[in-house]
Amino acid sequence: MGQGLSDRALAWLFVGPTILLLLAFNIFPLIWTLWLSFTNFRANRPGADVLWVGLGNYSRVLNDEAIWENMRATAHFLSCSITLQLLLGFGLALMLNRRFRSHSFWSTAILLPMMLAPAVVGTFWKYFFEPQYGIFNYIVNFFGSPGTFTMLGDTKLSPWAIVLVDTWMWTPYVMLLLLAGLRSIPPYLYEAAEIDRASEWTKFWRITLPMVMPFIILAVLFRLIENFKMFDLVDQLTNGGPGSVTELASIKLKREAFEKWRTGYSSALAIILFVAIYGLSLVTVRFLDRVKQR
Amino acid sequence: MKNTVHSPLEPTPRGKTLAGAVVIGYALISLIPLVWILMTSFRTPQDAIAYPPQVITQPSLIGYVNLFTTRSRVSSQELAALPPAATWYEDLVREQQMILAGPSRFSDRYLNSVLIGFGSTLLSVILGTLAAYAFSRFRVPGKDDLLFFILSTRMMPPIAVAIPIYLMYRAVGLSDTHLGLILLYTVVNLSLAVWLLKGFMDEIPREYEEAAMVDGYTRFQAFIKVVLPQAATGIATTAIFCLIFAWNEYAFALLLTSGTAQTSPPFIPTIIGEGGLDWPAMAAGTTLFLLPVLVFTVLLRKHLLRGITFGAIRK
Repeated sequence: MGQGLSDRALAWLFVGPTILLLLAFNIFPLIWTLWLSFTNFRANRPGADVLWVGLGNYSRVLNDEAIWENMRATAHFLSCSITLQLLLGFGLALMLNRRFRSHSFWSTAILLPMMLAPAVVGTFWKYFFEPQYGIFNYIVNFFGSPGTFTMLGDTKLSPWAIVLVDTWMWTPYVMLLLLAGLRSIPPYLYEAAEIDRASEWTKFWRITLPMVMPFIILAVLFRLIENFKMFDLVDQLTNGGPGSVTELASIKLKREAFEKWRTGYSSALAIILFVAIYGLSLVTVRFLDRVKQR
Repeated sequence: MKNTVHSPLEPTPRGKTLAGAVVIGYALISLIPLVWILMTSFRTPQDAIAYPPQVITQPSLIGYVNLFTTRSRVSSQELAALPPAATWYEDLVREQQMILAGPSRFSDRYLNSVLIGFGSTLLSVILGTLAAYAFSRFRVPGKDDLLFFILSTRMMPPIAVAIPIYLMYRAVGLSDTHLGLILLYTVVNLSLAVWLLKGFMDEIPREYEEAAMVDGYTRFQAFIKVVLPQAATGIATTAIFCLIFAWNEYAFALLLTSGTAQTSPPFIPTIIGEGGLDWPAMAAGTTLFLLPVLVFTVLLRKHLLRGITFGAIRK
């Protein structure tokens, strides 16, 4: 057989363009960012002398109290939104798994929010949160909150506004993953439990939860990565405000890099964030492997 | 617990009803924002900021007219002196004490979204199909490492990549060009395309191509004539996912474009800024922007899980 190109040549021909593009648009920029992070370069002053500052940018980032505020805001956002999405998503998946009539229609309906553009979602939720005429504020007022309720202008409530909208958007995602987990449980496990007259409660804790656990961790992994990177929704919804209470690490990065034009400093911040995401993902993957082995 | 006779996998009728009620309740509540935006797009600017918010209002197309036009305010005397309006939308504009000044930039931005979306999708699907086939069928040195590397490119925060890309594009003149965004979105989508398509390729039995090659096809011909038709569903699914990502992308579009190549997501929020808070026009733009994605989601529903997990879960 095989006239024409050898399989080996074809393999390189097929994989080559993808690898080249990724090198040009990911690895090369990463190395460039790394180099910039050791300099005092400013993108808005291309002509100025570029000085090597060593680890100066890194120590400035890590000693900056404001950065730690951003990290706290990010941690709050990540932990609260992911916990809520897990609880709601798992509840919905358990209900959908009972396969009531029309369940597939309603599951598609529930999935819609997660496919939308986060920036546009942020924009229209801003409209719902308008203190004078927003529908969300109206409903809250209707159920008896003090007359001057405002969600986005309040330093206590604003962090919860981004959690709420993110949860609205991404609960379907977690639901879909966990539903796949529930459907992967072999029926004989429940049949055996039935013979042993195990209670529903026992079945849930001894069969359902352990079997779905890998899917839960996978959901946490995907949400961690996505929400750590997340920029568009918050940029539109609160733009980091009021003050900087919802200024997540990604928003801070954008301000430093593209508003204050501290390119070297923001490159150091970018590298630190990338390492953090990478580290968090590795820990989660390890954990996933451990759970799978059990 | 009460002992029932139903099969362990078949919930009781009451359990099913309860489950249905919970799910439908959640679905209805979570759809309110989308319905509200659709309704707002048919309101007048006055109705859109009424307090208490009105559910049912006299439907109006002002939002859509304002979305596609720019207008300027005139005095009532000037308005009275004008000849009668030639079109229905001009009438609507004059009712607001304004005259038409010209088209808005919305259709340009929408067209940019379409061009850049389809352009980048085409490229990433072509490159992704080739790479996925090679990874699925050939012995590629360091295959697992390469695949993991491809996946890990997705972990970079877009803003972090945007710093060097911004400098790079400024140096080679790709800032604010269609080609610049098309290339960038192609690369971002490559990881998804390769991983998803590799999964689909793995499911096509090798025997098909081997039989074709016994019949005298070269490997490349077998790939084109046998594998590609078999992978059509997978390719279409992947294409829709890439298209939706490119359609929805905001961070790169915001930072790397300003005019010529700007897409809809950074543009829609700025509609509000023109002449006060024009929520119906913003809602109209949002509706037109979200509609294609809603249609695609319904088409994709069977493959959604696979797409959002990069092919990790196939079911």
